Amino acid sequence: MASEGTAILEVVRVCKRFGGVLALDDVSFRVHEGQIVALIGPNGAGKTTLLNVIAGALEATSGEVFFQGKRLSGRSPQDRVRLGIVRTFQQALPFGGMTVLENVMVGAHLRGHCELWQAAVRSAALRREEEDLYLDALRCLNLVGLGSRALDEAASLPFGQQRLLAVARALAAEPKLLLMDEPAAGLNRLERDNLAALVERIRQMGVTVVLVEHDMSLVMRLADWVVVLDRGRRLAQGTPADIQRDPAVIAAYLGDGFHA
Amino acid sequence: MFRQPRSRRALPLGLFAAAVFALPLALHSPYALSTLTLIGLYTIVTLGLCLLMGYAGQASLGQAAFVGLGAYGSAILTRAFGLPGWLALLCACALTAAVAWLVGIPVLKLRGHYLAMGTLALGVIVNIGLREWRSVTGGPSGLAGIPHFALGPLTIKGDLQYYYLVWALVCVFLLISLNVVDSRFGRALRAIRASESAAESLGVDLGRIKLAVFVLAAMYASISGSLYAHYMTFISPGPFDLDSSVQFVLMAAVGGLASIWGAPFGTATVVLLALAIRELALAIVPQAGGEYQAVVYGVLLVLIMIFLPEGVTVSGMRYVRERLARGLWVQKVRRGGRGL
Repeated sequence: MASEGTAILEVVRVCKRFGGVLALDDVSFRVHEGQIVALIGPNGAGKTTLLNVIAGALEATSGEVFFQGKRLSGRSPQDRVRLGIVRTFQQALPFGGMTVLENVMVGAHLRGHCELWQAAVRSAALRREEEDLYLDALRCLNLVGLGSRALDEAASLPFGQQRLLAVARALAAEPKLLLMDEPAAGLNRLERDNLAALVERIRQMGVTVVLVEHDMSLVMRLADWVVVLDRGRRLAQGTPADIQRDPAVIAAYLGDGFHA
Repeated sequence: MFRQPRSRRALPLGLFAAAVFALPLALHSPYALSTLTLIGLYTIVTLGLCLLMGYAGQASLGQAAFVGLGAYGSAILTRAFGLPGWLALLCACALTAAVAWLVGIPVLKLRGHYLAMGTLALGVIVNIGLREWRSVTGGPSGLAGIPHFALGPLTIKGDLQYYYLVWALVCVFLLISLNVVDSRFGRALRAIRASESAAESLGVDLGRIKLAVFVLAAMYASISGSLYAHYMTFISPGPFDLDSSVQFVLMAAVGGLASIWGAPFGTATVVLLALAIRELALAIVPQAGGEYQAVVYGVLLVLIMIFLPEGVTVSGMRYVRERLARGLWVQKVRRGGRGL
């Protein structure tokens, strides 16, 4: 599976240094189109840092990231969104003071082209564009199952639904590659099952997914490929089945108590 | 076809326009009319500040400088170059926008309170310029003999005509502001205020949007200043100093920073309160000067920030709504219903 298809994302010998701390140490891996790849590792392994480097929130100290063959270094986060790399955060970060629908419409921000003066006079072109953005946003909301909450205040949603909202918002940006930082953290079992089904559906839409996750059962269920980080280095990579059997991974991360 | 649900604006705006139209019919004092005209002029400035401070989360302590640029721009262009009022207004507005853009570029690259500092400095510089560049601005004694506002063959004269011109423009600016807030641009603004990092992760260009709204607010201020100059026919640097900038911030805060509809009410509250304070101070201390006003302003601002952080208008509306809801509930209970 891993060798099939073309690489949509290539991380090549990426290092990230914060002062004296080497948060990422010579990390390389590939993500193929249509895959779900899980980044796992103990706390402080550098998973979120790696996500930040790919999304452009942090610049790598050395090494390169390629997306569809394009070098990403020097590109702003907005540029990367334009290319099709969209991320979610560990926190849901809903935009309070706005409706759920408006939140998702922000996700479609880059697809609008009308200028400020057109907004000021509400020109015909702007009204058409707003209608399009609105319908797109509604579609994304229905996809994550929040259609019925469209007109509610975003901050009033319960935690689990705020998580879904963040996913809908990211989907509205029409990602080719979706980076998810611990999407299941803090969710109950039912919500977690829902989320797993949602990620699977997102993949079926043709979106490649890279997710950082702590919940091993979720990783084993969803991922086609697993990259294990430990103290900034890539400890192992392989299919979930390989990873479960890898003695180095078991020793460093999963511990003796881990049995599949 | 699905229609996008929108916040209703036609009805409130219509009611507001009707009230504005009817108000002079009930008033017979020219003093009241000129006070209302000034409130309208300040409201235009406050609307821009609401967008900037309430929606983009950026403070400006130099808004009076932009008003001053508009006022002096219009005064000089009409007096010395004989431009018609509307053209001078547009030229002054473009000039002010250019100044705001130039000032905004470096300042908005920095986060936090740098814009406040930058605009504060701009306000001081503009005020010094107005005082010292005597050959152009007339120095501290200002410029007199500014012609009345001309719109083609129409010349606006007298308090009543200015009242209608100014408040018609307030309605237009209210509509523009509501449109802006309820657009892709406005959603991005509100998203920035809620979470910069999340907004950025969706491709929202923080710097560009903050700069655009800063320039927009400066244009509002400039147009207000142009009309002020024509209305007064005389201007001096005094009304465009730091004190005035702080007053505009106060007006926006009283109305509710993130509330477009709060702007006219916040502005009216502050202006009327200032008049009342002056009367009161003079009654108690016959030689009372502006310092008393400043003290009361300061106390007022602190009290609002502590007790009504959303502004008087927003908090007041909520109070009314809750009272209404409770009233309905009580009625239902009395009738033996289950309540709301």
